[in-house]
Amino acid sequence: MTAKIAYADVEVGTELPAQVFRLTRATLVEYAGASGDFNPIHWNEKFAKEVGLPDVIAHGMLTMAEAARVVTDWTGDPGAVVEYGVRFTKPVVVPNDDEGATVEVSGKVAAKLDDNQVRVDLTAMFAGQKVLGMSRAVVRLA
Amino acid sequence: MALDQSFVGRSYPPTDPYEVGREKIREFAAAIGDPHPAYTDPEAAKALGHPDVIAPPTFVFLVAFKAAGRVIHDPELGLDYSRVVHGDQKFAYRRPVRAGDRLTVTTTIDSIKSLAGNDVLDVRGDVHDESGELVVTAWIKLVARAAEEG
Repeated sequence: MTAKIAYADVEVGTELPAQVFRLTRATLVEYAGASGDFNPIHWNEKFAKEVGLPDVIAHGMLTMAEAARVVTDWTGDPGAVVEYGVRFTKPVVVPNDDEGATVEVSGKVAAKLDDNQVRVDLTAMFAGQKVLGMSRAVVRLA
Repeated sequence: MALDQSFVGRSYPPTDPYEVGREKIREFAAAIGDPHPAYTDPEAAKALGHPDVIAPPTFVFLVAFKAAGRVIHDPELGLDYSRVVHGDQKFAYRRPVRAGDRLTVTTTIDSIKSLAGNDVLDVRGDVHDESGELVVTAWIKLVARAAEEG
């Protein structure tokens, strides 16, 4: 495993480059197919509304996958991730239009650990609200 | 009705092996819109020290969640899946999942709690490769919302 960021070069508070991800209905359909999660709340507006949702919502695991990219693009080696966890606190609502939903993910180093590892805390925002809680990754740096 | 606490600690037999294919990883990486070459190009993966293309960190959820179906659909446990939402998700990796892995999952119920009428179920999946080495542990928290009155 060969992370391109050196442990010695980061401090608590070091910010990772933030990223913006756009999720449309097409994204959700593609993720449903690739993941095998065909729950209709992720593609069927009528069904989503019947179960009390405002509209179709993104798969939590898709948001989790996007948020991870802030870490894996930073380290350069996705295999450097040692731990990764999130809490799904709010749904990402995806309207049936060309714009879809925009999720903004930022991260910063929250702790330097042993063995060249650091803990990164991630923040994922959608429509002004955090959609992931306790979103943390531990990565091994060079 | 609260779930039976005696299920805490129960483990389900290992799943049949799931063989991780290069093209499945490619499909998954495309679906999350991630162009990292370690997911699609064996040479790029090797340059990072991996023997073959690796999977994005959350890929293994596909395998772990399928295995967790044994708990979710265990008629003795009686979880009402139509009321279940995914609360938390966590992974601890010994190494990245990679193409060619034949993964088996042993699923265990770590805890059952009742919070404000909701059943909260912590399900752990220990994912092993063909040689029996632990590759990743996945913790899935499932929340079954309380049934409405009547």
